[in-house]
Amino acid sequence: MPIIDIKNLSFSYAGASRPSLNDINLEVEKGEFVIVTGPSGCGKTTLCRCLNGLVPNFYTGELTGEVSVCGLDIRRQPTSVLSRHVGFVFQNPENQLFSLTAERDVAFGPENLGLSREEIRKRVEWALKVTGTEELRDRAPYELSGGQQQRVAIASVLAMEPEVMVLDEPTSFLDPKSSREILGVVAKLNRELGITVVLVEHRLDLATRHSDRIVVLDKGVVALDGPPRNVYGKEAHLIGIGVPKVALLFHLLRQDGQQIEKIPVTVEEAEKELRRILTD
Amino acid sequence: MRVFEGFKFTKLQTPIHSMDPRAKFVMIMVVFAISLLFTNVLILTVILLVQVPLIWLGRSIRRWGGSMKGGVFLAGLIFFMNLLTGSTFTYSLAMTIRFLALMSSFSIFFMTTSPDDLGLALEQAHVPYSLCFTFTTAVRLVPTMAVDAQTVIDAQRSRGLELDKGNFLKRIRNYIPILIPLIVSAIRRSIELAEALESRAFGLTSRRQSLIVLRMKMSDYLTILVSILLLVLAVWASIYAQLPSIEIPFQLPRLW
Amino acid sequence: MITVEGLRYVYPNANEVLRGIDLTIEDGDFVAIMGENGAGKTTLVKTFNGLLKPTDGRVLIDDVETKKASVAALSRSVGLVFQNPDHQLFCETVRDEVAYSLRNFGYPPDVIERRVRGILETLDLMPYMDSSPFMLSGGERKRVALASVLVSNPRHMVLDEPTIGQDYQQKDRLRNFIVQLNTQRKTVVVVTHDVEFVAECKPRVVLLSGGKITADGRAEEILTDGALVERASLLRPQISLLFSSVSGLPRDVIDVFTAKAVISNTVRGRK
Repeated sequence: MPIIDIKNLSFSYAGASRPSLNDINLEVEKGEFVIVTGPSGCGKTTLCRCLNGLVPNFYTGELTGEVSVCGLDIRRQPTSVLSRHVGFVFQNPENQLFSLTAERDVAFGPENLGLSREEIRKRVEWALKVTGTEELRDRAPYELSGGQQQRVAIASVLAMEPEVMVLDEPTSFLDPKSSREILGVVAKLNRELGITVVLVEHRLDLATRHSDRIVVLDKGVVALDGPPRNVYGKEAHLIGIGVPKVALLFHLLRQDGQQIEKIPVTVEEAEKELRRILTD
Repeated sequence: MRVFEGFKFTKLQTPIHSMDPRAKFVMIMVVFAISLLFTNVLILTVILLVQVPLIWLGRSIRRWGGSMKGGVFLAGLIFFMNLLTGSTFTYSLAMTIRFLALMSSFSIFFMTTSPDDLGLALEQAHVPYSLCFTFTTAVRLVPTMAVDAQTVIDAQRSRGLELDKGNFLKRIRNYIPILIPLIVSAIRRSIELAEALESRAFGLTSRRQSLIVLRMKMSDYLTILVSILLLVLAVWASIYAQLPSIEIPFQLPRLW
Repeated sequence: MITVEGLRYVYPNANEVLRGIDLTIEDGDFVAIMGENGAGKTTLVKTFNGLLKPTDGRVLIDDVETKKASVAALSRSVGLVFQNPDHQLFCETVRDEVAYSLRNFGYPPDVIERRVRGILETLDLMPYMDSSPFMLSGGERKRVALASVLVSNPRHMVLDEPTIGQDYQQKDRLRNFIVQLNTQRKTVVVVTHDVEFVAECKPRVVLLSGGKITADGRAEEILTDGALVERASLLRPQISLLFSSVSGLPRDVIDVFTAKAVISNTVRGRK
């Protein structure tokens, strides 16, 4: 059974005139790395919130359809229970770190789970090690750079040992280098620990290499869903997502009459394809 | 604004910073109690000055000085309120010095105790966790809101807002474009914070163990002992001892 | 014209953020100020409208020294749009919000009404004229903030990180808008670390690092210089990475359309 199973999901926030999500059907298998993207207002954040129960518990409204994550029905379980299985990393690093040291922030989740001190200590050490934040443990979050803050945020979510990690535009406030770093950490968690990742991103140029499935939302509906190569086409461009420049380039070349075998979605693939057409 | 600097925590390695917050709290409470016992100008001045070496040990003299300067307005208010309601010059002076002594003791406490440690101390004193968390989060948010406030002021000034112009009424109205974005910002921040808390199982169970435990060292126990002894001494002195004092014979002419 | 001479700025907490900046921005220029977080970008632009006065050196806006002018006076010629619109919005309607600066500058009501309508039209905000700014979406609020600064028609516009949180279409709209401003001979200064956005606009790029200017020139030269880009915590645009890995291609191409043209010509040439 898929680890995330969404059937006919529709949701309207309380008092809203239009639904934010309209009949969404989505299945994610364990271990997948899915990128969710789309223009502003398409429902990406709302979809994320459904995955850990913030919708409909924290954000009330009308929800129809079924959402099951790790076998749990989000309508029947409180967020506190769901958060043991689904970790959530938010856009703004500032408001999700609130202790005076990184170490305590990472301990916060396990402490809330009521674990013993030894177990908490074990998990904290592990999470700091996996995210490469051990030297930051005694530093205050506000002393850290944006990239370091997000790494600590990821560690603090990781310490709860979730099976699924949802990240809502985690690189929004970061400079390009830190963004690349963070996405690398997330990819590592997916590759080495088998954590299923749902990543909402605009920066597809940096994120695409880590994923083989892109879901494009538009006006609350799943417009496109498939491997990057299939998704990054004219329709995606019309919907208004930031297709990686190399993919855009080769689409334009193909339109121009060049013989393009397959549209590259990363710089490495583009290099190969470019060499091919230049030497042919 | 400078007044608040004297209550803001800064992370430093000093003997005062590494004191257990509970021992520090006892120390502060003793200073508090002793200042309430006396109305003697000399004694109160001593109580105020005795704290200076502690502040120096906590490497916070400059910020304390700033907050003292900032507190001058309030101190002056206290002085004149006392004078105008018929107290003697000496008494009014004593009250002012007492105010400054109290302010200093709280200042030391907050400058050298991290909000986290404060929260831990409260927790270990069996205060319900949600209350402790509320308290420490509120304290932590103060510097963040101060930065927000400055940004809002900058943004509105960039649209032509002049805070120092206009009559009294206009000046008050000029604060609306600052307060509203600040409040909205605070609300948004709280919502984001709440989302993060929910997502990390906050409130799942009340049987909650904190990773870090505050443990009192020998020096902390010693501090508590010495403080209590001083309190006892002070109580005895206030009742039985003949203490030197000064009287300043000055009275405002009775206006009513 | 914006002139910066030997500018040093030290914050009250003794943090020296700007360590000697010399810069001249002509009327109608389009400049992107880039650099890592903490390099001093926002500090620098805050000296343009007088929010921060130089500790050393001077800043001149149209030959007026900022030290000698008030922020309110300088704001008539330098419009600074902050990163987060929520730090500005406070009125009950979008119309009032946009009119705010004009009221502060003392314009008569009929002029205010006309200008407000004008800018709302330009930025596609007419449908929201009587709505509460708090009810709008993030992108719409950003446009309202932009409108509220632009309405007073300042000669120089400074935008602090305008692309954060914006999707592709919104960035495209912003790009076109900046072009429009430039054709009206307005100076546009953008503080950003969005390399792909800059690659598409190709402005003059000023790189700030550790409080000093480490590079100042064309986007095509600077964004393709690996060492410079690395030090500023940026990444080279994808097109630049692509072109530098294949021999025989020009090294200063950073945007998609030029890349397409170059490749097509090269292929045709080899046939």
